[in-house]
Amino acid sequence: MKIAVCVKSVPEGNSRIDPGTNRLDRSGEGALNAFDANALEEALQLKDATGEGEVVLVSLGPAKAQDALRKALAMGADRAVLVTDEAAAGSDLVATSSVLAKALEREGADLVLFGQQARDSDGAVLWAAVADRLRLPVVSQAAEITHDGGKLTVKRQTEFGYDVIEAPLPAVVAVSDAINEPRYPSLKGIMGAKSKPQETVSLAELGVEPERAGETGSLTEVYALNDPPARGDSRKIEDDGNAAQAILDFLAEKRLL
Amino acid sequence: MSTTLVFLEHHGEELLKGSLGVLSKAAALGDADVAGVVVGSGVRGLAQQAGKFGATKVYIADDPRLEAPLAQPRVDVLAQLVRDKGIETVLFGNSVLAADVAAGLAARLDAGLNWDLADLVQQDGKLVGKRPALQDSVYVDVGWKSEPRLALFRSGSFDPVETGGSADSEDVPVALEDFSASARMVDQAHESSEGPSIEDAPVIVAGGRGLGGPENFTLVEELAKALGGAVGATRAVVDAGWYPYSTQVGQTGKTVSPRLYIACGISGAIQHKVGMQGSGVIVAINKDPNAPIFEFADLGVVGDVHAIVPKLTELVNARKGS
Amino acid sequence: MTKPADIPPPFRAADYIAAPSDPADERIEVGILIVGAGPAGLACAIRLGQLLEDAPEIRERLGEVPVAVLDKGKQVGSHLLSGAVVNPRALRRLFRGRKRIDEMPFYGPVEDESVYFLTKNSSLRIPAPPTMKNEGNYVASLSRLGRWLAEQAEEAGAMLLPETAAEKLLLSDGRARGVRTGDKGRGRDGQPLGNFEPGADIVARVTVLAEGTQGHLTGVALDRFGLAGENPQVWALGVKEVWKVTRPLDRVIHTMGWPLRPGAKFREFGGSFIYPLGEDMLTLGMVVGLDYRDVELSVHDLLQELKTHPLVRKLLEGGERVEWGAKTIPEGGFLALPKQLHAPGLLICGDAAGLVNVPALKGIHYAIESGSLAAEAAFAALQPGQTPSTPGALSVYDESLKQSFVWKDLYEVRNMRPAFGRGFWLGGALAGAMTATKGHFPRRDLHLERDVDVELIRTERAKDYPAPDGKLTFDKLSSVFASGNKTRDDQPNHIVIRRDVPQEVAALWERMCPAQVYEATETGVEVTPSNCVQCGAITAKGGRLTPPEGGSGPEYKLT
Repeated sequence: MKIAVCVKSVPEGNSRIDPGTNRLDRSGEGALNAFDANALEEALQLKDATGEGEVVLVSLGPAKAQDALRKALAMGADRAVLVTDEAAAGSDLVATSSVLAKALEREGADLVLFGQQARDSDGAVLWAAVADRLRLPVVSQAAEITHDGGKLTVKRQTEFGYDVIEAPLPAVVAVSDAINEPRYPSLKGIMGAKSKPQETVSLAELGVEPERAGETGSLTEVYALNDPPARGDSRKIEDDGNAAQAILDFLAEKRLL
Repeated sequence: MSTTLVFLEHHGEELLKGSLGVLSKAAALGDADVAGVVVGSGVRGLAQQAGKFGATKVYIADDPRLEAPLAQPRVDVLAQLVRDKGIETVLFGNSVLAADVAAGLAARLDAGLNWDLADLVQQDGKLVGKRPALQDSVYVDVGWKSEPRLALFRSGSFDPVETGGSADSEDVPVALEDFSASARMVDQAHESSEGPSIEDAPVIVAGGRGLGGPENFTLVEELAKALGGAVGATRAVVDAGWYPYSTQVGQTGKTVSPRLYIACGISGAIQHKVGMQGSGVIVAINKDPNAPIFEFADLGVVGDVHAIVPKLTELVNARKGS
Repeated sequence: MTKPADIPPPFRAADYIAAPSDPADERIEVGILIVGAGPAGLACAIRLGQLLEDAPEIRERLGEVPVAVLDKGKQVGSHLLSGAVVNPRALRRLFRGRKRIDEMPFYGPVEDESVYFLTKNSSLRIPAPPTMKNEGNYVASLSRLGRWLAEQAEEAGAMLLPETAAEKLLLSDGRARGVRTGDKGRGRDGQPLGNFEPGADIVARVTVLAEGTQGHLTGVALDRFGLAGENPQVWALGVKEVWKVTRPLDRVIHTMGWPLRPGAKFREFGGSFIYPLGEDMLTLGMVVGLDYRDVELSVHDLLQELKTHPLVRKLLEGGERVEWGAKTIPEGGFLALPKQLHAPGLLICGDAAGLVNVPALKGIHYAIESGSLAAEAAFAALQPGQTPSTPGALSVYDESLKQSFVWKDLYEVRNMRPAFGRGFWLGGALAGAMTATKGHFPRRDLHLERDVDVELIRTERAKDYPAPDGKLTFDKLSSVFASGNKTRDDQPNHIVIRRDVPQEVAALWERMCPAQVYEATETGVEVTPSNCVQCGAITAKGGRLTPPEGGSGPEYKLT
């Protein structure tokens, strides 16, 4: 089974916004998005279970995302493909999903895995958009995946409990962070990662017109940054025996009951 | 006038509170006709509910193939509806299902989607979304370059407001793509009896060292139950073994943003704060008047948790009963 | 009162020594293994790269990975912290003209400098002591400099392996064979978790220990090979912050006096530094010898107190704290150097060896020079017909170090720090005499006392610490957050320490630790290891820091 894992390099440490661009300051070291590690771990476990197959990383990002990809290769992925192109910077969901879909089509994987969200944009949406472009079934919030021949049985975690969904392969699945505990790369893995194939691909090589990517290809935009709305007056009281009632009244006032 | 369409999700016989909140918001914006869309099997009855919360029209896609709460068939239905009716704005209240539908629809229509929004306003003649970022420390103004515009709101952003109106309903055709119909629901989720998980809970009652000992977590549990919420814990008490790590809120635990967060005996160190500062309303009870949590709580109560929490639980239960 | 020396930690060096045990096909083999990606380790890697470039046959024999550098931090620079004003001498020598100073990530040359003696409300400008003149030096963030040096090391062919702790020294037949890396994925009680990954043996022809202050394997090696010198090492604790500021600082500032107390009974030796970091940032820190006596002294809080001084407050007005960190500095100088800095198959460089000039507050250029000399010694021992593991094969390292400016500088100032054990005024007078005579005074060297042997006293010092206001002054947990520390909470405790200690020792530790790891309780002390920023203070005062899981601890960027 060929499994493609979509991963993202995100800024390490406490994020800052670049006042010049109103976008996330990506100038620091990049690290593998923590939630993507769950997706990669799941891919590796599925591959380990069948004893054969390939796990390929697919990513869209700047050239230095290679460092984060190398760490993912150290965990055990076989190969990495990075779509990197100046014209793709600042891509929103529409643009990113177009580019990723093209890259994934090129790979022709049986299963495409995503992590739960991206720490930098907190977007929990990418996979559904990509699946639509690929015209493949999608299941999200997977807490457990069982692979049986040409189909998957997925336990999906929702607000109401767990659904069990069956989907035929090829399919797209987004895993929740509850699905597994990602492995630490072994030292041998880290050292061997350098010699695993890391391909970079431009938009042109993918057959994506530059107008479909980047800020040009994005249909949403950022206008400004503001302070969060004031929380409103905060009150502090001392318990004189009626604190519980005061809290109740406060909750009622805020329509929280 | 243009039309704003609101995706109305249901569970059982009820439209979800989150969807109704978004509907009320759309109606309050007042800049377009507001329509709801209900998708499922045997859902006609839900249309009436929508009218009460601000929809002037409800589109109904009622088909046995739509019974299971799967996203892709809904994308098919909505895409066709948006194209047929020239809808300019589509709003969603976040849920696992709604997020998948919104994103699939964005790809299908090549339409801009802004998600995780806390608000939507008219600003300089444009529709502008307000999006919290960086652990809710900044709010970003986001917009759309073209129509249709898709927006996905944080759950609990808006309260449903009953306006008592009624809506016309219209059936819409259901034509599904092959790939959309290829996944099938084998077993649908049953309501968990343990209460909501901490990630989804609208209310979290959390305990810290100020509780004094693990046995006092029952106070927290009782209040959480009374309020229909989940229990949270600080790093300190999890480290001390008083409560499981799965409930830890904070920098090295979970980040939560419930509508209500009640902090019992929690000092409010920054490691904890960054995990819950996005909560809608924060109430803190602590006997130390200088506890840092009072800097950012909406209601700070200086007092003894052991006396106040059980009493509050009693009052909440009494109010529910009445 | 009990001294920390009376309750030693249950630490056994032998627990951190092992023979290689992984089966041969699982063992990782490298040519030269460097432990620590700080200035010493990276200079060693860079110099080796230069030497190997011109010696392809030797590089060939070193295998697929001729030079490997381990670091226990999440990334290179994550655990690097210093003031710093750097003497560029060693960097010039290292790069041999291939890199200019303006290509290195400095924040500019020192334009001007002032030294102040502070009292609570005033400041008196005093002439800079001759040992402290900084003309020709450059201001740097060591963390940032480390990242740049790492790039150079990688370009020179070294393999960098961050997130990797060197837990045990591998020895066999009396020779250093490499290190065993630490396990990952253990729970609070040491039990393996679902994603448990055992450490691995890394064997090498030469092992270079460049672990920095309180180097873990360095301590183990000094013990096993009997290399300790006549005097014990002593340490200072430095705590610093990086601030964004509205007005640029135009000079390098050092202060003495307040908030430290001059009386001999307090033994509070140290001072503060305030350095500009370009136009819009500055860094300030407090450095205090760990031979202080008062249980209530907290260097973290002294820094907070310092910021309330009118001179300092003015510099920070309108600004914002962006980073915080803490680290110990070895202060024994020449007198505390080990008798020898090599053993069969092993070399020791930098702060781990104690190569710090305390009166000048300089150690980075010595670290770089020693790393470079270690590289040359290792290279020499790898020539055909030589082997680095025979006793004496690496002795050329010690010889070349003794011929270098490192030795000369350290010798000249060797008695200054011990002089200050006598208190600020007498110490100052003695130091003056030493400078005037270029180290010929005194005729007989002074002695150093172990930090753990210092008799404790208790005053009411703590009541003067400012209450944190969240804008100018901060509490310890906020500071830990500002260090970037997000260590997972369920790691095993990496601090070897006795928990059932008397009240005064528990209180000492609670105040001493800048990261609030220790809490005095009724029965002794509670430990919260995930707060630890691995400064090393506990090792100086009755416990023992060992490296936690690789990748834990602070994530410094600008310290």
